[in-house]
Amino acid sequence: MKPSAAAPEQRDIDVERAQLTDALAETWKTPSGLWGALATVDHKIIGRRYIFTAFVFLALGGVLAALMRIQLAQPEARLLGPDRYNQIFTMHGANMMFLFAVPVMEAVAVYLAPLMVGTRNIAFPRLNAFSYWIYLAGGALLWIAFALDMGPDVGWFAYVPLSGPQYGTGKRADIWAQMITFTEISALAVAVELVVTIFKQRAPGMTLDRIPVFVWAMLVTSFLVIMAMPAIVLASTSLILDRLVGTHFYNPAEGGDVLLWQHLFWFFGHPEVYIIFLPAVGMVSTMIEPFARRPAFGYLGLVMALIATGILAFGLWVHHMFVAGLPRLGDSFFTASSMAIAIPAGIQIFCWLATLWDGRPVFKSPLLFIIGFIITFVIGGLTGVMVASVPFDTQVHDTYFVVAHFHYVLIGGAVFPLLGAVHYWFPKLTGRMMSEALGQWSFWLIFVGFNATFFPMHILGLEGMPRRIYTYQPDLPWHGLNLFVSVSAVILTAGFLLFFINVMRSARFGEIALDNPWDAPTLEWATTSPPPSYNFAMIPVVGSLHPVWDDRDGLPVADGLRTDRRELIVTTLATAEPQAREASPQNSIWPLWAAIATTIMLIWSIFSPWAVVWGSIPAAVALIGWFWPKGTPEDES
Amino acid sequence: MREKIVLDLGKLPLHGMGTASVTWWGTLAFMLIEGTGFALVIAVYLYLMSLATAWPINTPPPDLLPGTLVTLILLTSLIPNILLSRWAEQQDLRKVRIGMVMMSMIGTLPLIVRIFEFPALKVSWDSNAYGSVVWTLLGLHTTHIITDLVDTLVLAALVFTRHGRSPRRFGDVQDNAMYWNFVVATWLPIYGCIYWLARL
Amino acid sequence: MIRAARKACSSAMLAAPLAGCGGNWQSALDVYGTSAISLKHLIILIVAVCSLVWMLVLIALIAALWRSRDARPVSPEPGRERRMTIAVTGAVVATVLIIGTFTVMSFVATRALTVAGQDDLTIRVRGLQWWWGLEYIGPDPSSRFETANEIHIPVGRKVRLKLEGLDVIHSFWVPSLAGKQDLVPGRPNELTIRAEHAGIYRGQCAEFCGMQHAHMSLLVIAEPQDDFDKWTATQRQTAAQPADEQTAAGLQTFLAKPCAACHTIRGTAAVGTTGPDLTHVGNRRTIAAGLFETTRGSLAAWIADPQTIKPGNNMPMVPLTPDELRAVSAYLASLK
Ligand code: HEA
Ligand code: HEA
Ligand code: HEC
Ligand code: CUA
Ligand SMILES: [Cu+2]
Repeated sequence: MKPSAAAPEQRDIDVERAQLTDALAETWKTPSGLWGALATVDHKIIGRRYIFTAFVFLALGGVLAALMRIQLAQPEARLLGPDRYNQIFTMHGANMMFLFAVPVMEAVAVYLAPLMVGTRNIAFPRLNAFSYWIYLAGGALLWIAFALDMGPDVGWFAYVPLSGPQYGTGKRADIWAQMITFTEISALAVAVELVVTIFKQRAPGMTLDRIPVFVWAMLVTSFLVIMAMPAIVLASTSLILDRLVGTHFYNPAEGGDVLLWQHLFWFFGHPEVYIIFLPAVGMVSTMIEPFARRPAFGYLGLVMALIATGILAFGLWVHHMFVAGLPRLGDSFFTASSMAIAIPAGIQIFCWLATLWDGRPVFKSPLLFIIGFIITFVIGGLTGVMVASVPFDTQVHDTYFVVAHFHYVLIGGAVFPLLGAVHYWFPKLTGRMMSEALGQWSFWLIFVGFNATFFPMHILGLEGMPRRIYTYQPDLPWHGLNLFVSVSAVILTAGFLLFFINVMRSARFGEIALDNPWDAPTLEWATTSPPPSYNFAMIPVVGSLHPVWDDRDGLPVADGLRTDRRELIVTTLATAEPQAREASPQNSIWPLWAAIATTIMLIWSIFSPWAVVWGSIPAAVALIGWFWPKGTPEDES
Repeated sequence: MREKIVLDLGKLPLHGMGTASVTWWGTLAFMLIEGTGFALVIAVYLYLMSLATAWPINTPPPDLLPGTLVTLILLTSLIPNILLSRWAEQQDLRKVRIGMVMMSMIGTLPLIVRIFEFPALKVSWDSNAYGSVVWTLLGLHTTHIITDLVDTLVLAALVFTRHGRSPRRFGDVQDNAMYWNFVVATWLPIYGCIYWLARL
Repeated sequence: MIRAARKACSSAMLAAPLAGCGGNWQSALDVYGTSAISLKHLIILIVAVCSLVWMLVLIALIAALWRSRDARPVSPEPGRERRMTIAVTGAVVATVLIIGTFTVMSFVATRALTVAGQDDLTIRVRGLQWWWGLEYIGPDPSSRFETANEIHIPVGRKVRLKLEGLDVIHSFWVPSLAGKQDLVPGRPNELTIRAEHAGIYRGQCAEFCGMQHAHMSLLVIAEPQDDFDKWTATQRQTAAQPADEQTAAGLQTFLAKPCAACHTIRGTAAVGTTGPDLTHVGNRRTIAAGLFETTRGSLAAWIADPQTIKPGNNMPMVPLTPDELRAVSAYLASLK
């Protein structure tokens, strides 16, 4: 390929260090002001936005949880009627799963993965901007509908026929289905970006066995997203078709089938829980190193466990349908495959224990959250093994026992690591440290409050309390424990509140952070806190799994990149040998237009099938505007 | 952190082709997403078929003619498509221009025949679950032809502008050709499903 | 001990239906049905083993943190790494053994879900928003009859339930007798139960089915064969004739108002099927799927304003004068 000799190009080798960073800053900058903010494609800005938005949804979902707990504190409470309650628990579940847990994990990766693999921006940065806008629109759709008393009320898995045309009247179920479409589009887009970033943009020398475990976890997660989300897109689309144009996918009277919905939903829904969980264990494996002050034990085992969980995840879905009346022999197969997940989960737990055993732990808040995670997640995992047993599950399915199981794995298994990760990466994101004292306080409040809130639910479930009931009668023996649970939820909420306060306070007044305050080994700590717009002045060259620990006398880097256009390095898949200098797209407002056009089309299509026809025209225009070359240096090659 | 320079990247090309390009991988990833989607709709077809006492439900199997014609057109289109991809690899702008115009025209042909394919199903989407699933299969595939056609048209316009002569554009043409191959490849199982499984 | 107390309790409950009683009457841990009993054994065993596993993990965690506190960092060393590999491998092998055992155990216990032996009785259970329709299917057509929300079974006999969801999915769950099974529209399911002890067992719909999912309960009354036979004999009969003026007026009102369009009272002109069969409604312990004890007062309250009492349910408020209301409720209460 001939180098474009015509352009007067500027290389990093030709200039002094100070000029170099100035030139790079100019090339990669996000202009200040509203327009700049709307047009930016910087993965760090978008990642921060994404994380912030997801935490707003956590707080909102938490408020709904508080309402449910007030209602359930006493028998026959009149705070919420059945209609509101049903909307609230559906909103809580859908919001927590689709607007908080999945996006927050991808958001952290949008911010961190490019830094951890040593590149300057995520692959397809405009798609990244688009995916954030679409996510925001989906969240807004759900919450605005809820405020208008049109919130979905069919549960977060919206079983037909309750959500079908006959019993789910109004637009509530359509809102649910279309919110799914929004979040799936954005999740799929991010998954593609992450896969390509991790496959093709790793720093030279970062062979497969030198990829940080968190990045591995995100790679596996992204593949789960790619393979699982089409199932829910298909499910929600066919539901809308049933409701809007009279197809019969789920209508048994016309050859459709009610259980088809459950198969499609859980074929997605089970991998979904690992889409939430795998990034969290990736965080744990990565965070444990600086706090145990040794490399994580069993890198190969940890990575293999991630991959094994990812593959097994597709063979478990029927364990959510054990009492639906499928053949018992088939059910037993799914018992076996569900139990098998305990093996990779166990491998990871044992490797972390070994790491702590041999390490020299530093008891800072991130480590506290890791310890809290191990204690609670193992409880949740073990109750998972219990419900994986068909006969056991016939008693506890759809009871508070399952509610306890999934909060233990979701909060204990994913939110605890996430909170640890916030404490850990906060200095990188903001340039300031979080308060350690407040961190420890919030950990203890959350840890104690969490267990006191959710442990009794196991007993409630065994005592016969079904889930999704807006009230219960006084002659049932559940009120004592329910009151206890609700009071404990106050402690839990206080802990979260303290956490939020700590974040907001530290963002403004926190102690200024060093570049590598925890003495951590991965590449994101090799740049400043917070990183400059171009991430690395020169692309790092990686010689080991712990580049920052191993090269304390100076990070090996590569030169030869241009400074007058956004340039990064494409490397080979397995061995990360440099293949090309690739241009990374400029800021652009088109992703926002495309997102707006898509949003109009999707919301309109709740009301009329023609929206898909007419609405796709502006969307196509926006996409053409997005991809049409603008004659910037990035277009040449 | 202090740095020591150990590698010079200056000699690398300004844009990677084929597997060295991120768009190639991006296209592949999207093909994986859509391929999974197609596989799932086919799975739904088979699932509903396994439940039904008679299949197709209350209708004769679809007419073979339009669907088979589309299949033939799609298969034939592979030849110019692969040629186009090769010309793009050789970075021969003149031939690429010809190829793009050709593919733009060829891309409309299956759509025209498709108009007759829907009535040939002999069932409406709202008659029963069989109708719903065959319309969905056909509709989904039609959407893919349309989107790829629009993509081809835009790219065809682009290669006639000053932006045409660049490795990046040739890479785009190759990716577009790859995607068309994918659209053709996914049609074959769908064709077998709609037209032949219903005759078993 | 608990069993004995419970037995005393259930006979007390038979006498005075909903008098508060210490025992759990809807619990997977307080079990009186053949399959619920074996499920409880399985539950206790698995929970015990899992608690042990958790304890071991906790001990290992505490030991790991305790051991290495305050020490200086050391770099990994091959000898220690090898010992750790052995320990981790050992733990993984133990995991494999435990889950292998669990899998086999649950496979075997799956059989306990179906009670062995010959069917003594078959009942069609239909789930509707938000009540249970019941049809007793006897050996010959004349012995079949309809009722709602209250299942009577003979103690020690195997009963086959044919479960059908008529609108949305519901789930039949009487934890003290057996595990749950869904009622799926278009896909009939079956469940077999056998009560080992006489008693009243409460059950509740376990699959979210809309507005009043919380108030879709039912009672299973397991009684000695004699009592059961007496009960079936009564149920087969047509409704009691009005015995006085007020109940006669009640019947008239019932037939004149929309009530009859939705409810059946066998022996009268009321043959609706949208709502529960009311032929012997006065004989049932509760009305509105377990919401209230059946009394004249509760019947009147229900008929006067079903939508406030059970918001969203499928029975509309039918405007009645106070006299009509009194008459109808008296009549229904008399339908023993
Ligand atoms: C982060 C999310 C997450 C995670 C990680 C898991 C993990 C697991 N889950 Fe869970 N699950 C959910 C989220 C999650 N789940 C949700 C949201 C639902 C409910 C959805 C709804 O209905 O609303 C659900 C429901 C659910 C059901 C359906 C229950 C029902 O509806 O009746 C089942 C059944 O098999 C199940 C099983 C499991 C199993 C076997 C694991 C395993 O992965 C656990 C493996 C881990 C361990 C076992 C612990 C560590 C291992 C060791 C310490 C080794 C030693 C162990 C042994 C010897 C056993 N889950
Ligand atoms: C990651 C997911 C996640 C998380 C974090 C939570 C968190 C909580 N959940 Fe939930 N839950 C689900 C996922 C989750 N849940 C799902 C999937 C369901 C099933 C839904 C269905 O059946 O369809 C469910 C259902 C569910 C139920 C059962 C409802 C029913 O079946 O009727 C209950 C009942 O107690 C409950 C309680 C709680 C509580 C008390 C918390 C607490 O942890 C919440 C803690 C509080 C906060 C996080 C808020 C703190 C913040 C503030 C107080 C505001 C401060 C404000 C600002 C700073 C702006 N949840
Ligand atoms: C449109 C149909 C409809 C009409 C009209 C109607 N009902 Fe009902 N009725 C129902 C339904 C449905 C239920 C079950 C409600 C539930 O429990 O969710 C019910 C329940 C009842 C019950 C409780 C039965 C039990 O065993 O739980 C009684 C008693 C009753 N109705 C009496 C009446 C009377 C008296 C009238 C007329 C004044 C009437 N109904 C009119 C539909 C109707
Ligand atoms: Cu019926 Cu819940
Ligand atoms: Cu699952």
